[in-house]
Amino acid sequence: MALAFDEYGRPFIIIKEQEQKARLRGLEAQKANISAGKAVARILRTSLGPKGMDKMLQSPDGDVIITNDGATILEQMDVDNQIAKLMVELSRSQDYEIGDGTTGVVVLAGALLEQAEKLLERGIHPVRISEGYEMASKLAVDHLESISQKFEFSVTNIEPLVQTCMTTLSSKIVNRCKRALAEIAVKAVLAVAALERKDVNLELIKVEGKVGGKLEDTELIYGILVDKDMSHPQMPKRIEDANIAILTCPFEPPKPKTKHKIDIDTVEKFQTLRQQELNYFDDMVQKCKDVGATLVICQWGFDDEANHLLMHRNLPAVRWVGGVELELIAIATGGRIVPRFQELTTEKLGKAGLVREKSFGTTKDRMLYIEHCANSRAVTIFIRGGNKMMIEETKRSLHDALCVARNLIRNNSIVYGGGSAEISCAIAVEAAADRYPGVEQYAIRSFAEALDSIPMALAENSGLPRIDTLTAVKSQQIKENNPYCGIDCNDVGTNNMREQNVFETLIGKQQQILLATQVVKMILKIDDVITPAEY
Amino acid sequence: MAAARLLKDEATEEKGDRARMASFIGAMAIADLVKTTLGPKGMDKILQSTGRGRNVTVTNDGATILKSLHIDNPAAKVLVDISKVQDDEVGDGTTSVVVLAGELLREAEKLVNQKIHPMTIIAGYRMAAECARNALLLKAKDNKQDPDKFKSDLMKIAMTTLSSKILSQDKEHFAKLAVDAVLRLKGSTNLESIQIIKKAGGSLKDSFLDEGFVLDKKIGIGQPKRIENAKILVANTAMDTDKVKIYGARVRVDSMAKVAEIEGAEKEKMKQKVQKIIAHGINCFVNRQLIYNFPEELFADAGILAIEHADFDGIERLALVTGGEIASTFDNPESVKLGHCKLIEEIMIGEDKLIHFSGVEMGQACTVVLRGASSHVLDEAERSLHDALCVLSQTVNDSRVLLGGGWPEMVMAKEVDELARKTPGKKSHAIEAFSRSLQAIPTIIADNAGLDSAELISQLRAEHHKDTTSAGINIISGGVGDMDKLGVSESFKVKQAVLLSATEAAEMILRVDEIITCAPRKREDRM
Repeated sequence: MALAFDEYGRPFIIIKEQEQKARLRGLEAQKANISAGKAVARILRTSLGPKGMDKMLQSPDGDVIITNDGATILEQMDVDNQIAKLMVELSRSQDYEIGDGTTGVVVLAGALLEQAEKLLERGIHPVRISEGYEMASKLAVDHLESISQKFEFSVTNIEPLVQTCMTTLSSKIVNRCKRALAEIAVKAVLAVAALERKDVNLELIKVEGKVGGKLEDTELIYGILVDKDMSHPQMPKRIEDANIAILTCPFEPPKPKTKHKIDIDTVEKFQTLRQQELNYFDDMVQKCKDVGATLVICQWGFDDEANHLLMHRNLPAVRWVGGVELELIAIATGGRIVPRFQELTTEKLGKAGLVREKSFGTTKDRMLYIEHCANSRAVTIFIRGGNKMMIEETKRSLHDALCVARNLIRNNSIVYGGGSAEISCAIAVEAAADRYPGVEQYAIRSFAEALDSIPMALAENSGLPRIDTLTAVKSQQIKENNPYCGIDCNDVGTNNMREQNVFETLIGKQQQILLATQVVKMILKIDDVITPAEY
Repeated sequence: MAAARLLKDEATEEKGDRARMASFIGAMAIADLVKTTLGPKGMDKILQSTGRGRNVTVTNDGATILKSLHIDNPAAKVLVDISKVQDDEVGDGTTSVVVLAGELLREAEKLVNQKIHPMTIIAGYRMAAECARNALLLKAKDNKQDPDKFKSDLMKIAMTTLSSKILSQDKEHFAKLAVDAVLRLKGSTNLESIQIIKKAGGSLKDSFLDEGFVLDKKIGIGQPKRIENAKILVANTAMDTDKVKIYGARVRVDSMAKVAEIEGAEKEKMKQKVQKIIAHGINCFVNRQLIYNFPEELFADAGILAIEHADFDGIERLALVTGGEIASTFDNPESVKLGHCKLIEEIMIGEDKLIHFSGVEMGQACTVVLRGASSHVLDEAERSLHDALCVLSQTVNDSRVLLGGGWPEMVMAKEVDELARKTPGKKSHAIEAFSRSLQAIPTIIADNAGLDSAELISQLRAEHHKDTTSAGINIISGGVGDMDKLGVSESFKVKQAVLLSATEAAEMILRVDEIITCAPRKREDRM
């Protein structure tokens, strides 16, 4: 531990309780950080690609999650090391920004760190390495741009979109019916997309899951699905051409926020109060009825009496509907959320062609379908599957597919998958390296080598000899000047990814390289780690 | 340099082969646990709860057994989960699904040891499952058009389901009971309207199906015990003190006289309410909530039968059977739909008095009264009957039927075997393994019955190589028998669900190559 001395040679203490703190400095610190980063990458490495394996995670409460999604694995992993936490953040930001490629970004960062370690051993200063990586990442991103292709799709021709989503889904457990799911994802995104603005609000797509049935029963509903049933068992289960009143006020006597007391001291008061109470419910139901509502959806509960009155006046109602769902229903049916009974008007009602209740299985699970809405901009994907974990995993996979479809609508450039883009970048970066004088040249060359690690992991996970496969593909790319050659993971027989229809989005790939480089730069710049003593 | 610690202190991580082994072992242990309960000669398990009282459950139902286990192994949890889903979805086959998944993993382990990549095994399993399903689809029979035949199919299915349970002694009796109950539902899968009442005493044979509705309640004192042509009002309203619901209201008085006045007003209010109820022209009033003595007395005076505190399900069912609506306000008597029934009377079952509603308007609901020697027997009987009812109600919707006694497994195994021969590549090993796993189910059934399984299965296989056969294991005679003649049938839907969920679960476990267990959440010490 470094001590400072004053002019009389007495040590004085700079950091509080200095002796008790562990401290790593210089090269030592960098190496420790790099090895932590690498360890995280190693965990994810086997999950990459269509033949990647899953991880089973047991949460602190004993629940089991089985997943292949990089971001989910890292989030659930209970990581303690600071650098490892950085990697977790990295994967999460890829998830937020792009939604797919969360595993790839971590593997790439791990490879970059591994290369950096070698350079550090040669005595190259970490900042120089960072600079080299920075240059190389620019080169790679530019190169990606140059090999990318625009591809055309329209509302009628969704095939290219479906193909891209299938590439994303093929690495997940749902790849058994990837075609069906990819179509669902694309249709859902197109239903809510604003094509002229090139934007998609994914919040309009609700993903609901229910255990039971099989994966093939998963369906896309042009409308909303609410996991609730009618408030009174004898209300009609099917309403056509429903006018929906969407309320956020309870069917209960008012509860003012200010503290108050109503004193009952005479018989008259008792009776007037009672009369008021009766009128109150009557009034509320009458107001709904007056504006012509045929279905009431309420965020809060109903009093027993109100419930019966609703039933009695033939006004079906749903209670305890969550806020998010309420908003979706409002969007879908074109209604307005009404916070007070007084403000109900006919214009504020939502419209839906069909509202029906459906029951599942042998237990009394019921769900409410709201379909044929006035505004079909909100859709629901309803997932069925053999067990809870399967449904959760399908949800995650579909989320990835939805994100990919959205990215394509935002920017319709694609690159080819199967590691072909990385190999092509690696060749380009390698070739460019020789033009840079100085130490950076080494860093750039290392960057190219790190890029190779993704196709290498793909080949390894697919059970192919990794070095043989990689070198073969690389030489083929150079020989034929064809950037579409990748790793043939599915044993189709050709490694031309264009023929295999394996696409990835350009922004997804660019983001992977940029994010990974950024995090690696950050890790390399750390030269001092101070850990407080355990207490 | 030592590898940096990544995870928190108590978190553990297992990788590659170790992880795979841990999950295989966990899953197989669970499968072996329930294995012995499979089939008509399967044994039961005693489960003792850790809670207070150490309650004992004796059961043969896979889902019930697995639900009560405390399991730490994550792979085992996957199996428990599929069994639960099978229970919710089709109601039966909860043991088979776990055993099949366990067998699939057992075979997979052998293949992994032969250095076949798990992904290849999964690909093979998928092909095999698809092929097996198609084989079942081809062989399934549908007798929906012919009501008589359909009913006999239902009978057979019910008997097959019940034969592995405690009710097997009286399976004909119960099968008939279950079929009658389900046919009354007319295609709805809402088992809520079949009420099961358990009363200890008598023997299982004394159980009966009642076409009316039985409510486990007593009639108020001084009220009529028998009403013909009853008009029933079903209500959910407070009949104790009808509180003022306006928030913040409270009674504050300054003299005793005022208290008395208010009390009088309260009474008056209740009286008015009762008057309003009586004005409906009813002679029976059923309320979900308590009825205090005062209104009860008023009802008795008016000659109305008042039943209090019927639980929520009871109310809903009663409303369903009598065709009335559940009322909470009583201002417009003319528009409230009343329920009707021919006769309400108090009946005795064993030593308990029950209220019996007969001659109800809607025939959908009915009540099954189970009798048995002890509460354990009754609980188990209820579970068994529930299984049978679930299967039957699903079969009414999807009327395809298969033969039982290991016949479907052998049919699937044969087709899958043929597929294996046609498939080139490593996948064929996995397909073969799938067929072996399918054959394991009849093997276990035979073993559980104490028969020579190796001999029986080989005979069965030979029999199945003929083109059309209906051979299966005849547990009673201990040989190969004609399942069609013996009347052993199973529902197609159950078999399909078993096949698909088991494959899905096995696939899921096979794909795992790393297990990360988080540190268990610390319970705060309560001093």
